[in-house]
Amino acid sequence: MTDLNKLTIAEARDALRKGDVTSLELTEACLTEIEGAGALNAFVHDTSDLAREQARAADVRIKAGDAPSLCGIPLGIKDLFCTRGVPSQAASAILEGFRPEYESTVTQNLFDAGAVMLGKLNMDEFAMGSSNETSVYGNAVNPWKVDDRQLTPGGSSGGSAAAVAADLCLAATGTDTGGSIRQPAAFTGITGIKPTYGRCSRWGIVAFASSLDQAGPMTKTVRDSAIMLQTMCGHDPKDSTSADIPVPDFEAMLTGDIKGKVIGIPREYRMDGMPAEIEKLWADGSAMLKDAGAEIRDISLPHTKYALPAYYVIAPAEASSNLARYDGVRYGHRARLEQGDGITEMYEKTRAEGFGDEVKRRVMVGTYVLSAGFYDAYYNRARKVRTLIKRDFEQVFDAGVDAILTPATPSAAFGLGEMANADPVQMYLNDVFTVTVNLAGLPGIAVPAGIDAKGLPLGLQLIGRPWEEGDLLNTAYALEQAAGFVAKPEKWW
Amino acid sequence: MSIDKDTAAKVAKLARIRVEDDALPALAQEFNDILGFIEQLNEVDVDGIEPMTSVTPMRLKRREDVVTEGGMVDKVLSNAPDAREGFFAVPKVVE
Repeated sequence: MTDLNKLTIAEARDALRKGDVTSLELTEACLTEIEGAGALNAFVHDTSDLAREQARAADVRIKAGDAPSLCGIPLGIKDLFCTRGVPSQAASAILEGFRPEYESTVTQNLFDAGAVMLGKLNMDEFAMGSSNETSVYGNAVNPWKVDDRQLTPGGSSGGSAAAVAADLCLAATGTDTGGSIRQPAAFTGITGIKPTYGRCSRWGIVAFASSLDQAGPMTKTVRDSAIMLQTMCGHDPKDSTSADIPVPDFEAMLTGDIKGKVIGIPREYRMDGMPAEIEKLWADGSAMLKDAGAEIRDISLPHTKYALPAYYVIAPAEASSNLARYDGVRYGHRARLEQGDGITEMYEKTRAEGFGDEVKRRVMVGTYVLSAGFYDAYYNRARKVRTLIKRDFEQVFDAGVDAILTPATPSAAFGLGEMANADPVQMYLNDVFTVTVNLAGLPGIAVPAGIDAKGLPLGLQLIGRPWEEGDLLNTAYALEQAAGFVAKPEKWW
Repeated sequence: MSIDKDTAAKVAKLARIRVEDDALPALAQEFNDILGFIEQLNEVDVDGIEPMTSVTPMRLKRREDVVTEGGMVDKVLSNAPDAREGFFAVPKVVE
């Protein structure tokens, strides 16, 4: 077989089981591609020795007939996941040199199923960003290119998106606090799902905003997302918010039959100044689902407009608390101290040197909104608005809507550096369609659905009912089949 | 609500992040941009609305208050910038 790195998980699984290919061959093919893709800056920590060892072990399991779906499948792992003995630094200088003594539950679940880790993937520092430009490793680069500009793969899971789109791995893990799986998936023409809050254990994933963070797969197809999500999720006693409910067989639910399903089109997502191409993509997606037998219904989610401002109170507040642990005492960077410096100077210098600008900004905004005198005005008000945003969704689901269709992003991928002089809020607007889903704890999936006039991929988002990822994936599968998106970036790297 | 240089300095101090004096005006401006954006929340009628505490209705699990894991001092200290005799070491905090 040729181009083993280009296989989907489902194709590779079937080939492995038939004995047409070995995991070691798949793994070597990916490692070779990674070696030649330095220009994308997607992989930032090499674990090729471990990958080969895992691949050999997987081949033994497959031969013995004990092969879960992910057995022998080479994956990339976002740097936010703690992986035992392997650098895990959330793309931050403050975790330089950190090698966890433990394994995150999600990566442990993947390894227990026989998956192979090719390396750690680039991302925005502490998952704070929408363009992968805040990373200590430098920018990850989108494999899609239509002129002489280098484009962002989106963020924060930019390395994951670039790696999957460029076929450096069969799939990758991502995490999503405000859109960090779905926006980069849309920018690179791949699929990414953020499951319901509580589906995937957060244990061992470097925390950003604990009430919003969820891990999920970033894959080449909807089927692959179903397969990989299945293995990633499940109850974990080590995460007190992990849901103790059964995980259905997501792949078995992919029938493509969505007859009679009600798809909501929220009028508040039609933003002023929305590019005509995005508007058209959305209308086309709606028509495809209608043709597939779904009922399209106009709905209202009246508090949509307030989702981003509420998010930019709640997420920084939680971040300021979570990131207090980076104090130069237990792990990571400690600043060099001057004669007479005490512990306060150690904290202040360590954090000034270790955190990048965007992280500092959010930690300080979070500190401010939680500080005495402002807590009610900002933090409590934002949490009340969050209640209203969730209620908007509950009301449309109660009225019989099965899933909601929206654009995934307000534009196609933009050029690296193009937002450098914009104020921070301009960058935050990237998450305008995705952030509501995190605030309401719902599952959301981005599916590539079209190409803009320049030749860049565009994605649509489907939002599902809580815990109904299976049904959501099936609707996404129907959309994927109808959209027939098969374009790939032309190799320039 | 406008943030001035002194407030920015106070927030940086609370966050334990050293910010040099000459960087404070720009930082204050960024805070103002972000807080200006957040001010929109004042338009929302939140009378009688409970602040969200848990996004999915769940009662956090309870367990016995006992040691479940431990006895791994070496592992706990393995990433410390400075550790001595089984402890994390920090600059002197008591005179």
